[in-house]
Amino acid sequence: MFLNAILLALREIRRNLMRSFLTVLGIVIGVAAVITMVTLGNGATRMVAEQISSLGSNLLILRPGQRLGPGRDSAGAPNFRAADVEALLTQVPSLKAVAPVVSSTVTLVAGAENWSSSVTGSTNAYFVAGNWKLAAGRQFSDEEMRAGKAVCVIGNTVKQKLFAGQSPLGNAVRVKNFSCEIVGILASKGQGAMGMDQDDVVLMPLVTAQRRLTGKTQDVSTLMLSLKDGASSPRVMEQIRQLMRERRKLAENDDDNFNLMDTKQIAEALSGTIGTMTTLLGAVAAVSLLVGGIGIMNIMLVSVTERTREIGIRLAIGALENEVLLQFLIEAVALSAFGGLVGIILALLACLGLSALMGMPFLFNPGINLLAFGFSAAIGVIFGYVPARRAAGLDPIEALRHE
Amino acid sequence: MSSGNGAAPPLIQFRRITKTYGQGQAEFQALRGVDLEIAEGDFVAVMGPSGSGKSTVMNILGCLDSPSSGDYLFQGVPVQDLSRNQRALLRRHYLGFVFQGFNLLARTSAQENVELPLLYRGESPEARHRASREALARVGLNGWEHHTPAELSGGQQQRVAIARAIVTNPLVLLADEPTGNLDSQRSHEIMELLVRLNREQGITIAMVTHEPDMAAYASRIVHFVDGRVASDERTAEPAPCS
Repeated sequence: MFLNAILLALREIRRNLMRSFLTVLGIVIGVAAVITMVTLGNGATRMVAEQISSLGSNLLILRPGQRLGPGRDSAGAPNFRAADVEALLTQVPSLKAVAPVVSSTVTLVAGAENWSSSVTGSTNAYFVAGNWKLAAGRQFSDEEMRAGKAVCVIGNTVKQKLFAGQSPLGNAVRVKNFSCEIVGILASKGQGAMGMDQDDVVLMPLVTAQRRLTGKTQDVSTLMLSLKDGASSPRVMEQIRQLMRERRKLAENDDDNFNLMDTKQIAEALSGTIGTMTTLLGAVAAVSLLVGGIGIMNIMLVSVTERTREIGIRLAIGALENEVLLQFLIEAVALSAFGGLVGIILALLACLGLSALMGMPFLFNPGINLLAFGFSAAIGVIFGYVPARRAAGLDPIEALRHE
Repeated sequence: MSSGNGAAPPLIQFRRITKTYGQGQAEFQALRGVDLEIAEGDFVAVMGPSGSGKSTVMNILGCLDSPSSGDYLFQGVPVQDLSRNQRALLRRHYLGFVFQGFNLLARTSAQENVELPLLYRGESPEARHRASREALARVGLNGWEHHTPAELSGGQQQRVAIARAIVTNPLVLLADEPTGNLDSQRSHEIMELLVRLNREQGITIAMVTHEPDMAAYASRIVHFVDGRVASDERTAEPAPCS
């Protein structure tokens, strides 16, 4: 009986190719859309989470001027001094490291290769504040930092561009108009939150950069401050603000002429935005699953008349109610399961392709696969089987006369 | 299914069968107490104007519909006491149907249509193939096995339906206006086919028709008027029992 039912079910599927195809299509689209959207959303969220951790833990950035963004007013605001670094470290105990930063974009030359990159002058505190690890070589020595020696540590992208295939350690790179010895190589961080390449960077001692690149031997335009673990950032930020107001001799009613920014807050806002986007995409995908389900339902209901007559014929020539029902159940399950599997395969291919294209991690999410498959399979089975059950319960003559 | 006291009961017995459709204002009495016996080997034509209940009788005969009251005995067994599945098995093993509207499965070859009753009987693929080709040959459709109903003429479709009805060698063939959708030449061909099945294979046939020249092929003509038997005349002896 079971084999017969399978045979009959497969025959019906083959005979009604258009109907079968449309049913499968509805399921495929629904399943593939939901899985793709949610998987990509998960990947994007994970990517942002990784970028947050690569930014460095509890990093604050202190810059002159009142605010960031368009119309930023830094004209009258003085830069920071080396003494500010000392003051911050001694008077704000929750700070782990304070890195003064100056930067400039210059052309680098090594051998026949040249490459334009951003050169950052700072102290060894920068490795802590920026959460940089060394892939090879060493940090700057105290002597090099004090005397402003021509040494540098390069990022992975700079290494690839200038020293393809060979170790740059001990070699020299020409920075603007002086030659600089490479003492270390940074471990790769990958793409940043805004899509920029974080590895396209050259570090050198602060004094070296000030003397040879910016020309301003005292000024520091940015301070990167790294908090100790567990420190409360709003409280520390207030301490820093008060300290800086004192040191810059601002009167009671003067506005701040510097601004302090918590990168973690920015990153969290960004990841919150992506979370919202994922929810939104998931909702769009859920709608497409629903529409796919309604499509399946329509196809099934449209064919009810034809199928009811078919059931009448089968009953009239001696089929048992259960035999007819088993056939219809197998038909519905086969189409739904097939559609669901094709949908999952399509979705995984799309996710693999798109996440590679967008440089995002691919996260397989078994839950959403099961959910999408289960939902559309349930629709297919319910709307394939329930009308059949009603028809098979009729007197054969009523099923035959169904219009 | 035969009684043990020697004299076999008639194949089919109706006792005061009534059938009412609808309820209240819309109530309609299609059968108002029908007594009818059909012996094995008989060829009965059921005639009457529309609404006289002739199709209802046929549907009750074929266990496609159930009577509102009265007894229907098939080989002495009261059909109304059988379960749905037992009635389905009765159809499967003893009855064959031919409908006015053919009722073949669409997009399905003649041979697969004819094989269908055998499939439900659980016959092997080889047996199904052999029997279905034989049945199609008996109705004169050799060479048309792989055509679907849409590729066959009305007369050919009705012959496929007859092949489907006789492929199981049923005791009774029930035909509800089998020539209703056919032109007169095809109609006569179909009737000659039915007569041959009755005479040569002893299949009992009950056929509804409203055309007197089709009824003339039968050995017995029963007239229905207003849900009752109005006349019952024998025109020829029943075929010898097979």
